[in-house]
Amino acid sequence: MRYLPHTEEDVSSMLRAVGAKDINDLFSMIPGNCKIENNLKLPEGLTEWELNTLMDSLSKNMAVSPAYKIFMGAGSYNHYIPESVSYLLGRSEFSTAYTPYQPEISQGTLQAIYEYQTLVTRLLGMEVANASMYDGASALAEALLMAIRVTKRKKVAISKLIHPYYRDTVRTYLEPGNYEIVELPRLEDGKTDISGVAGMDDLAAVAIQSPNFFGCIEDLRSTGEVAHKSGALFVLSFTEPMAYGLFKNPGCQGADIVCGEGQSLGIPQSFGGPGLGMFACRMKHVRNMPGRLVGKTTDMDGKPGFVLTLATREQHIRREKAKSNICTNNSLCALASAMYMASLGGTGIRELACLNYDKAEYLKRGLKEAGFYIPFSSPTFNEFVVNFGENFKDTYKKLMEQRIIAGVSLATWYPELSGHYLLCVTETMGREDMDTLIKEVRS
Amino acid sequence: MKEIEELFLPDNVRYAETHEWARDDDGNVTVGINDYAQDQLGDIVFVELPEVGATLDKGEEFGTLESVKAVSEIYMPVSGEITAINEALEEAPELVNQEPYNRGWIIEVKPDDPDEINTLMDNNEYIETLKGDE
Amino acid sequence: MKEPQGTSGLILNEPLLWEKGKKGRCGFSMPRRDVVPSPLDEGLTGDGPDFPDLSEVDVVRHYTRLSQWNFGVDTGMYPLGSCTMKYNPKINEREASLPGFAGAHPLLPPDLSQGALELMYRLEQYLAEITGMDAVTLQPAAGAHGELTGMLLIHAYHKSRGSHRLKIIVPDTAHGTNPASAALCGFHPVAVKSGEDGIIPAEAITAIMDEDTAGIMITNPNTLGLFEENIREIAEVVHSKGGLVYGDGANMNAVMGIVQMGKIGFDVMHLNLHKTFSTPHGGGGPGSGPVCVKDILEPFLPVPRVIKKGDEYLLSGDFPESIGKLQAFYGNFGVMIKACSYIMSMGSEGLKRASQLAVLNANYIKEHLKDSLYLPYDRACMHECVFSDRLQEAEKITTLDMAKRLMDYGFHPPTIYFPLVVHGAMMIEPTETESKEDIDRFIEALKSIVAEAGKDPDLLRRAPTRPKVRRLDETAAARKPRLTG
Repeated sequence: MRYLPHTEEDVSSMLRAVGAKDINDLFSMIPGNCKIENNLKLPEGLTEWELNTLMDSLSKNMAVSPAYKIFMGAGSYNHYIPESVSYLLGRSEFSTAYTPYQPEISQGTLQAIYEYQTLVTRLLGMEVANASMYDGASALAEALLMAIRVTKRKKVAISKLIHPYYRDTVRTYLEPGNYEIVELPRLEDGKTDISGVAGMDDLAAVAIQSPNFFGCIEDLRSTGEVAHKSGALFVLSFTEPMAYGLFKNPGCQGADIVCGEGQSLGIPQSFGGPGLGMFACRMKHVRNMPGRLVGKTTDMDGKPGFVLTLATREQHIRREKAKSNICTNNSLCALASAMYMASLGGTGIRELACLNYDKAEYLKRGLKEAGFYIPFSSPTFNEFVVNFGENFKDTYKKLMEQRIIAGVSLATWYPELSGHYLLCVTETMGREDMDTLIKEVRS
Repeated sequence: MKEIEELFLPDNVRYAETHEWARDDDGNVTVGINDYAQDQLGDIVFVELPEVGATLDKGEEFGTLESVKAVSEIYMPVSGEITAINEALEEAPELVNQEPYNRGWIIEVKPDDPDEINTLMDNNEYIETLKGDE
Repeated sequence: MKEPQGTSGLILNEPLLWEKGKKGRCGFSMPRRDVVPSPLDEGLTGDGPDFPDLSEVDVVRHYTRLSQWNFGVDTGMYPLGSCTMKYNPKINEREASLPGFAGAHPLLPPDLSQGALELMYRLEQYLAEITGMDAVTLQPAAGAHGELTGMLLIHAYHKSRGSHRLKIIVPDTAHGTNPASAALCGFHPVAVKSGEDGIIPAEAITAIMDEDTAGIMITNPNTLGLFEENIREIAEVVHSKGGLVYGDGANMNAVMGIVQMGKIGFDVMHLNLHKTFSTPHGGGGPGSGPVCVKDILEPFLPVPRVIKKGDEYLLSGDFPESIGKLQAFYGNFGVMIKACSYIMSMGSEGLKRASQLAVLNANYIKEHLKDSLYLPYDRACMHECVFSDRLQEAEKITTLDMAKRLMDYGFHPPTIYFPLVVHGAMMIEPTETESKEDIDRFIEALKSIVAEAGKDPDLLRRAPTRPKVRRLDETAAARKPRLTG
């Protein structure tokens, strides 16, 4: 086996050195009734070339762009990733290192994550960002637990227009602590109805998503005001950070914790993971924040350098009183997003976000002109809901045969919206593909 | 770390087993951590202080001290109401290391029972407990 | 000794990203605009983030220079105890980046995503076989996430039986994540001390296990690198009082093909694909922490689950007792591809051989260093061995000093100051992918450092001197945090 360097001669001389006759002697302390009797029933080891053949065949059994025109978003977005980002990310000094516990020989990771933290705060308009969480959904769950710690209250209000899978994840995380979750209903225009918040007491957090699950831009400022009036923290979730290349950031509109999915920023969709949990908050709450943080300092000679810091919040020191149990996060994905943000630059991300917006508007307009109803009037980014009608299922299937996936059906999560589909368009979708979709659904 | 004979353990304060000191200042009790505790913890980087007005029993946790790689709780040496906290520690937690009995004080307590402080150890008794730990 | 590996190459300074660049540059190939601009509510838009504008060359040089300040497994031996820093096969990167996998949308209908579902199904089967457990979820994103999943499963199990148990037993040799994960589920961790021989006596569990205790979290092999020989008795005690046994499988690399975890009494355990199954750690993730369970816990596993109906693979959410979702989609699929590729490349024989050689390498190091460094538990170890700095106390040289000096010799230091039960611990896990020559060189380096500690202790206290920076002021970093630039 090419990953195992030991020759027979090595093994026998090493066995002699440890005073064992046979390699099985090394396991003699394991009681017999704990051992495996026969060999593991696994296929025989493959050669590199056999493995390639097998993986090629599995991976071909998948529908992906550009062969398929996929108008699906709903928390996972197809954006172009510059080759330079993939190439740099493959540098094994980054990818084969552990968590940077030994800062002297981990300055590459540390400076890159410090830069990531900075870019995230600039994108979201926040004061501090951590080194990453697993994904947008678990980041939201952790944000709500953080709000519960900060306010010492036990109830959270979350919008029904937060991604359904994020709400599921929140329920899983909050269940054992017996925290109460109240769902905020939606308004006719596709935004969250926050009018009920004022009447709720003991509220730790008010959480909404923007752009929300229907792609609509929420009214952040008034949500923040209502939340703060009731003494709760305003938690903002997102699935499409590209929106903040164009829209006002959550920080300048009163958000206390901003968390979401960073997959759009240079990370392949990869069937849903790994993604990137982005997490930012106000500096005054930093000691209640979950996750790792990189800070700037100096070395013995006064040279600048970076270290993991404020570790006393974390599990390896505070154990059962830790702010979270998170340990390994999604560091390499954070690095990818930093490379991506650096490649775009401030000018580039605004231009790209504009293009995304304009393309989605093009399709929205086209479908409207084709006679389909766009039920929600609020401005949207990348994604929007269209009512294709109750009988669209057959058309959807027919389109699939033509390698067009006409969005995500909303009926699963919002039974009252059967016949409604969530469509997504990014910069990767050409006008011709959109024209084809419009033509096909019309017929 | 310091040897026992190197520790500064003044005789004008009383000592708790959990390494806090308490001093009667005209009826109020000033509380901090002693030289042994600050030396064991190393460079203190953050002090989590309680709210003024809180009433706590002897032995209850009233705050935490953080060094780079450790957190330790600090406990009430006497029962009473917290009447002041040392806000200077928010900006300069190192005062707990540098001047544990002076500018590094942590809280001031109005004791429920002014005599309770006398149930704490004097410096000689405290030194004996340290020797016992070794 | 031979000339040490550590030397100083040409290392370039590199400023922070925003200290570079010029307004108007761009390192991104802007897609052609084939639609007209649409009107936009100006009240909603902002100026865009304050990112530096850089060219592609700026970005490439920046990250190339940064990478050169890092040490990875591809750079050299990385004997970080409990982290299993084995070689990460390159072919696995190719498989994970195949367009059919990397470009797949998670909400694709099942008939358009058979390849991914089949791969997940296969991996679940392989992991069930390797552990001897009955069912597997791949959803947890990392080891600690797996622990949380396991605790949620135990919580749900007791709840389904109408019992509300508050405590959980956690030995002093446990990873710090164990008590933190238990606490997230509302369990109160009860510590139990390991015995003089470094393992837990069954009597210690008998003494504290009661009907208010949900179960035990136990790492086997434990964090001292020792096999918990009383595990079956311990499991019987816990089971007899209605509790469940959680196994932390972080150290599975010692016992693949040798110990059947299902047989030793574990009801639920997690694996770290980024340790045992060779996926790169990425400087702190992404990892993957599958959880394997016995039949009794299967109804509670997270949804959706991959199921097979005839020849077709499906995702099913139809498990009414499920604890729900741990993250938005199905887990870190990209990492699963690499682990699955590894298992398929190694096969049954290869995995067993890997464990055998990992244990041989650790015992070889232990034998060669036990005269130079204090060995608190002098008995046969598994895949890692734990020393301490007790013999260096006279020179006032600490584990930290020796660890830092190892960098000058060209090695990544071992895990230090863990496990907490050994004062000044130095935990060495060589893994099976280090050759005898590299291990000999490592042993020689540590011996030479121990000699330096006697002759010139200041050399160690000043170390390291060869990396880009020297020891950093962590106190200042924590007192006045500077977390953004």
